[in-house]
Formats: sequence, structure tokens, C-alpha cells
Amino acid sequence: MKAHLMFPDRDFDADAELPSHAAILIEDLELETIVAAMAGDDEVIRRVTTAALMAGPRNDADVIRYRQAAMADALGHADLMTELYNTAVRALDSRRRQWWGAASRYASSVLHGAVELLRLCLDPLSEIARLARANAGEVESEAFRTLFAMLASELSPEYLAGIVAHLDALRFRSGVPVSVGLGPGNELTDFVLRQQQTPEGPAWQRLFTRQRPSYTLRLDSRDEAGARALGELRDRGVSLVADALADSAEHVLSFFTMLRTELAFYVGGVALHRALTNVGVPTCVPAPALPGTGRRSFTGLRDPVLALHLQHDPVANDCHADGRGLIVITGANQGGKSTFLRSVGVAQLLMQCGLFVTAETFTADLCSGVFTHYKRAEDASLVSGKFDEELSRMADVTRSIQPHALLLLNESFAATSAREGSEIARQVTQALVEAQVRVIFVTHLYDFAHTVFERSPDDVLFLRAERRADRQRTFKVVQGEPLQTSFGADVYDEVFSNMDAPAPAGAVRP
Amino acid sequence: MIFRSILFEDVGGVGDPQEPPEVLHDLGLDAIIDAIAASRRDDDLTPLFRSRPTREATVVYRQAIMRDLDTPAIAETIASFCDALGTARRRLTLSTQAYYPLSGRRWLLDAMDTYCEAVRRLRQGLHDTTPRSSGLRALSNYVNDYCASDPFTTLASDVRDLCQSLSAIQVGLVLHDGSVTVRGYEGEPDYSAVVADFFAKFRQRAGGGRRTNPRPSSGMTHVEAGILHRVARLHPTVFAVLEDFAARHANAFDETLVTFEREVQFYLAYREYIAPLRAAGLPFCYPTVSTTSKHESSRQGFDLALARQLVGRHVPVVGNDYHLDGPERLIVVTGPNQGGKTTFARTVGQLHYLASLGCPVPGEEARLLLCDRIFTHFERAEDVETASGKLRDDLVRIRAVLDAATPASLIILNETFASTTVRDALVASRRIMTRLSELDALTVSVTFLDELANFDAKTVSMVALMDADDPDRRTFHVERRPADGVSYALAVARRHGLTYDQLKERLPR
Repeated sequence: MKAHLMFPDRDFDADAELPSHAAILIEDLELETIVAAMAGDDEVIRRVTTAALMAGPRNDADVIRYRQAAMADALGHADLMTELYNTAVRALDSRRRQWWGAASRYASSVLHGAVELLRLCLDPLSEIARLARANAGEVESEAFRTLFAMLASELSPEYLAGIVAHLDALRFRSGVPVSVGLGPGNELTDFVLRQQQTPEGPAWQRLFTRQRPSYTLRLDSRDEAGARALGELRDRGVSLVADALADSAEHVLSFFTMLRTELAFYVGGVALHRALTNVGVPTCVPAPALPGTGRRSFTGLRDPVLALHLQHDPVANDCHADGRGLIVITGANQGGKSTFLRSVGVAQLLMQCGLFVTAETFTADLCSGVFTHYKRAEDASLVSGKFDEELSRMADVTRSIQPHALLLLNESFAATSAREGSEIARQVTQALVEAQVRVIFVTHLYDFAHTVFERSPDDVLFLRAERRADRQRTFKVVQGEPLQTSFGADVYDEVFSNMDAPAPAGAVRP
Repeated sequence: MIFRSILFEDVGGVGDPQEPPEVLHDLGLDAIIDAIAASRRDDDLTPLFRSRPTREATVVYRQAIMRDLDTPAIAETIASFCDALGTARRRLTLSTQAYYPLSGRRWLLDAMDTYCEAVRRLRQGLHDTTPRSSGLRALSNYVNDYCASDPFTTLASDVRDLCQSLSAIQVGLVLHDGSVTVRGYEGEPDYSAVVADFFAKFRQRAGGGRRTNPRPSSGMTHVEAGILHRVARLHPTVFAVLEDFAARHANAFDETLVTFEREVQFYLAYREYIAPLRAAGLPFCYPTVSTTSKHESSRQGFDLALARQLVGRHVPVVGNDYHLDGPERLIVVTGPNQGGKTTFARTVGQLHYLASLGCPVPGEEARLLLCDRIFTHFERAEDVETASGKLRDDLVRIRAVLDAATPASLIILNETFASTTVRDALVASRRIMTRLSELDALTVSVTFLDELANFDAKTVSMVALMDADDPDRRTFHVERRPADGVSYALAVARRHGLTYDQLKERLPR
């Protein structure tokens, strides 16, 4: 029984190894904020959503649309999602309540533990079956329709009654029936548990309750050694069924684990949607374009990380960068450049894992990976020089990056002189762009920006942090050529002349 | 050719020399023999490694068998036979120790079944693998004849029939609290499989398997015996045949094959001992041996006991060459401490010892004297403490060696007179060298006295080398060259900044 809510044809692997750059990506884009909004304190949802976000670039457009449809069902039936998810969690909790001697080598205690564990799972199984039957007609996505139909048929009332019957039979009230052979030294061997005979059974069973020669060995009630020996024989008799039933109990738990994992993404999506809606941020279902089409256009894009921090709807940006391999963003410090960069990266990841994005419209081609290279704060623990460290990280990136990847550069190559930094920036970005990597570069390297601008190739888009005539920053990023002057003095003035005003975007790293 | 023993080409082995324990200890052979003996629980192999045949014919006989065993298929044939015969023997023991006769008789049958199968496989294996050694070919003929003999064919056919009848028995039991019902089994389905099948739909991925581990049978309980009695009542004919079998075939093992199995452990155990070294790429060779020629050589020989330790720790093993031509008889080894001198001396002793056992020896090739005796003189920790007492003690021990040694002996002297003054040591050493030279015995002498290195025409000088670039690194290479006593001393001085040039540079002018 498979849920297949994440992929039409396979399980979601929440424990798959994250890409090597995942930790840096999570830190640079502050994805923890998104994950926290989805998971709260549920570790499983945290793990699943993190894995889903990081593995998103491996999904094709069909998978993304499959999840978008399922997410629409989830948003429409939020309570049902919670009930299903909590039922799976309750079933999994039964392992904690029933220590079942998985470590024991005594078959009887393994068997007893497995019977009790399966008994505890009966109720959650019935509940899941009930919810599936009741809602089979309510959902519209292929994912949930298939799942509910499957659960309704596999967990039929007859099947659930069959579980009860087996658990009852395994108490062996009329003795343990086994077959044995004679091994070396004529010791009993090949113990195989046999199905119990029932009077109303098929013909061969009635035949075998008839006369066949039998001899019975009765132990003296004071024969303790004999009782122990008999106990050992029983253990050997039930050994295989104990293993089989313990495996079965594991299978049932693994079914609930699987169900919980597959549901976790949608439960998390519902929570994120609620958190964003609460602060007035609009969402839309993004339109994924095929890789290599060079699409990247959006209207009203917000940075969800900033929204969740500020608890209000932040600045929205529009951008039409279709066909642009390189976007260079310049402009005032604390003018919204980094926020813009992050909003593009986060939206790309949200889209590729099948979630909604925080925009009015959003389309982009599917990229093979999202990479970041951000300026690092000084780290005292570093032995190698800062520039050395920076280039070493860039080398890491270039070792794992693939064509059609999206690379977000935030003030890269700033740890050396502007001239040298510019030259390296020029060489690196040119090589990357020619390798089909889409680069978005926030930079103060005006040598670099101007050189690129003067040659002004068609596939470069220049954006600038907006600054109005009154020198007030809007935190919007708009199209515009790089200007020579930086706005560091502005920030200095603002901070020192108007110390009462709240620092814009102060809660997050600019 | 008649097969007598896998260890000797004739009835020999009586009167072969045994070196005293001190000699084996000095040469590191005690550790080797102990380790080999420890690999076999059932038989003590020590005596086979302690007596050292000194006849070329015996060495050649054993080397041929060792070479055959280098063919994996032959080694596998012999090893499987030994394993199977061991199992058969254990089952035979169980048959006599079993408390319940119905069990004891079956153990006897099982022992004979295992034995017959072992013999048949040995016959087939020896036929298929075509060994070349006279020893294994004689064994092959012997086993062929035995397999065709009346006693064996009768035994084998009795065993086969009875085993088939017994293994066909399957009965049903119903285990209650305090009672067991025994009856025929009539094909009821396997309930474990039914249960597994019923829950299979929940299975998410492959896995599961055994977690219970029912107590392995530790002999038959009276409950089991009681059940067995009732099984016998359900199948009276089969059990009557079993009783008859036990009466007719009490102990049918062939004595010659039993002896072969014990003696061939000599070969198998030694080969197992050197297997990890061979796997690590270390060379072993079959030496050319002679009871007369003292023209010796060894290429890339190494200390076997040390190599076993080094290979275990993944440290490279250093091999060394030596040769003795014309009148050369005495190797004088000099060089820095911890440079591999003693190891070299041990290696020479081991090569001779192992060669006369008929074993493959460390190195790429070797030509060795089958010496009549091996003598060693290593410094003893527990000896007398005063210097004069020590010199006296050393001389007494060397005197004993010289009295007992013959021109066909090997003598290994390690740092003799190390605790005496240089003058005393030189005087005593020169006199002993003169006597050794007269005796014409093969000698290896490790010494700090460079003056001994070119004693006379019979003397060969060998030096433990140091690494020129890094005097701290010991190379363990021992090479035939004059003992100048300078190359390593200079290197050590340079490390301390004490050469002439360094001092000229460094000291104020």
C-alpha cells in the first residue's frame, strides 16, 4: 500500500542525502523561517519539507503540477489533513506504549509484543479507512483520489475483521500445532507452525481430525525441567510466526510512517499558507516553464521570509527577465537588493517543490539547482585569508553546479580590491553564463558592472535599488543602469541623524 | 607405491634433531610454532614442528606436497576432507556419549554418513586435481583402493538407505501446557507464511527477517526423548533398521586416513600461518637444500615472526639478500643500533630451520645448507651482573657451543661480549673467530666491533644501513659492504649541527 502523494509513481524519501550545498543555501536564503512556519515543532514535517525544498530542482513539471493539484485539495480540506496526519502519529505512538521485545530472542515474548502492537494499530487503521471512505468523493486531485480509493478497498471491514481473527488464533488456546522432522542425532528439527484446525474448515481439515494414530506424552506436574523443555519446544514452534508477525507489525508501522511522511508536506503547506494569509501576503500557483527556456517573469513578488519576520506584507517587486542569463543588481545599501535576491531564490525553490509562491503572478523555467554565494561576515576561526575562503567556497560551487542552475551572488569577490574583485567577477560570471548557468549578482563592484553594461549584451538585465529624488529609499528594485556612487553615506546619515526611526528590515540580515 | 605417511617418504622421523627451547626463542621460532599450534584445537602440532629432518629426501618429499597445496583446488580438497573428518569424529563421540539410545544410534549413522561423504570427495578431488607429489599420488591410489573395497561399499550403501528413510519422516506435534501429542503430519499449511502473506500489503520496503533465536539444541531433553520414542512407534520399521546398523558398524573409520588427516595439518597450518603474508605480497620460495654445500644465498629473506606483526599493522616489511661463495663462512653484521642487525641474524636462523622442515621460506629464492644443528648465543637478561662475571659467563656458553658444533652446524652469535670493555671484547672475539674459522661452520655474528668485519678470507662484512636524507629513519636494510663505521655517524652529527662545515659556519670567528 503506497500513498504516492508526492510522486505519482514512487515514495518520497525524507532521509535522502541533501545536496552538498544545502546547508549554505538554507542559511543564505534563511529557509529556516519558511520551514518553521510549515512545521512548528513537528520534527517529521521539518525533515520532510526541508528535504522537499532541497530536492525540488530534481522534479519535472509533471511532478510539480501533481503536487500543486494535491496542495489545492489540502488547502480546501485543511481539517481532514490534520485528522489523517494525527491518526498516523497516534498509530506510531503505540510503539512507545508497547515495548515488544524486539531485542528479545524469546519467540513467545516477541510474539506477544507483536500481537499487542497490532492490537493497538487496529483503531487507527479503522479510522484511516473511515476517513478515506467518507472523503473519497470530496477530493479532486489524482493524488488524493487514488489514495482514498486504495485505502477504502484495502482496509475493508472484512480485512480488518481478519486481523482480529488472526490475533485471536495466535493465542493458541488449543495448543501449538507444528510439524517436525528428525535432524542429526534424531533431534527434532524443521519446526513449522501449522494452521489450526477448525471444525467447520475445509474437507482435508475434517479428514485430519478423524482417526489417525496419535500418542500423547504427559508431564508430571512437578517436572519443572520438563516444563522448561516443553516451553523451549513451544518457542521453537512459534519462532517463525513470531518473526513473521513482528515483521508484519513493522510493516504496519512502516505504512503509517510512510503515510505520515507523504502527508507532512501538505500539512506543512497548509500551515505556511495560513501564516502568510494571516499577514496579508497573497499567494499564487506558479507556472513552471521547461528548463532552458529562459523564462523569469513575475509581478508582485514578496519575500516570504521578510513577511514572516515583520508580520506584515512587505514591498512587492515586478520583473521581466525572460531570456536574460545574467541579472546585475546595483544600488544603495539597505535598499532592498538582498531581499529581492532572496525573494527570487525562495520563490524558485517553493515552485520547484510544488508549493505556491508569494506573488501575484510567477513564471520561471525549472532550474537544475539553486546555489548561493554570499559575502560572509568576518570569521575569526578561519585560518586562511578571507579572500582565500571566499574563492574556496566559489570553487565548491563550481564543482557541483550544472547547466540551467540558478546562482545567486551577493556581494561576491568583495574581500579584495575593487579592481581585482571586478576582474575575477567578470571572468567567473562570464564562464558561468556561457555554461548555461543563470546568475543574479548583487554587487558594489562598479568596475565590473560598468564593463558589462558598456558591452551591454542582450542577455544581461540591470536592476537598481530604487531611490527617489528626495533620497528616500523605497526598497523596490527597478530596472536601471549601474550608478557610480554608492549610498553608504545615506545609511550613515540616516542612522546617525534619525536614531528614533525603526531601522528598516532590521530584523533580518540586509 | 605404498602410502605410509604424508610427513615422511619412508618410515623415518625417529632421531631427528630437536633444537633446545632457548634456540627457538632466540630465533623467534617459538612464537611462530606457538601461533601455528594454537590454530589447531584438536591436535597438538608442536612436535611436528619441533623435530627437524636433516635428510634431503624428506625435505624434497615435503616440498613437493607443499607445492601441490599451492594449487587452490588441491588445497581445497584436502582442507574439506579434514573438516569433514573432524565433523565425523565429533559425531562419533556424541554417539558414544548420548544418554538416549535412539539418539546415539542416529549420531553413529550421521558420523558414518559424514565419513563416507568425506572419503568419496577426497577420492574424487585427488582424481580431478592430479597432484604431482609422490606423497599425494600414493594417497590417491590408496583412497581409490579403499573406496572399491568391500567394507567401504557395504557401509556406504547401508548409510545411504537408512539416511533416506529417516529424513523422509515428518510428524505433527500439538504442544500443550504439560503435554505433547504426536501424530502423523498431513499437509496442513504453514501458518507463519499465511500470517506473513495476510499483512504483506503494509510492507513498504524489503527487510525484516529473523529476530527470534531459539536456543540451539544442547543435547536431548527427556521431553524430546519422549517425543522421539513416540515417533519411533509411528515408524517402527525404520527404527528397527537403525538398531541393526548400530550393531554392525560401531567404528568403521580407516586408520590410515585418520592418521593422514592428523599429519597433513602440518602443511595446512603452516600455509594458513603464511597466508596473510602472501596476501600482503611478501615472497616465499622453496629453497634448494644440500647437506654438503656451504655455498648459500637468499634473496629478500625476512623475519617471519616479525613480518606477521608488521603486516597486521600495515607496516612495510624489509627483505635482505646475502650470499656465501668460495671459502666464505662467517657473516659479521655491524651498524647502528635498532638498524635491523638482530632481525637479519634471526632471519638466517629461521631460513635454515624452516627449510629443513620442508616448508616454503621467506624470500624470492634461497640455497641453504641442511645444517645438523643450530646454535645461538644471545645476551641473557638474567645473567650475572659484574662485567668480569659476565665475560666469564659468555665464554662458558660459547665454549659449550664450540664443543658441540660440527662443520655442518649453523651458529648465530648476537652481540656477544656487549657488556664488556672494547679491549676485552676484541681479544675474546678474535680468539673465537679463529676457532670458528678453523671449525668451518656457518656463522652469523652481530657485533659492535667493526674490527671483526674483515677478520679473514672466510669473513663477509654486512652493514645495517641508515637513510642518508633522514638519519632518524631506520631502513632495516642490511647490505654486504665494508664496515667503515662512518656513514651513519656523520649523518647523526649533521643532524646535531656538529660537522666541520657546520661548526665553521656557526661558531664565532
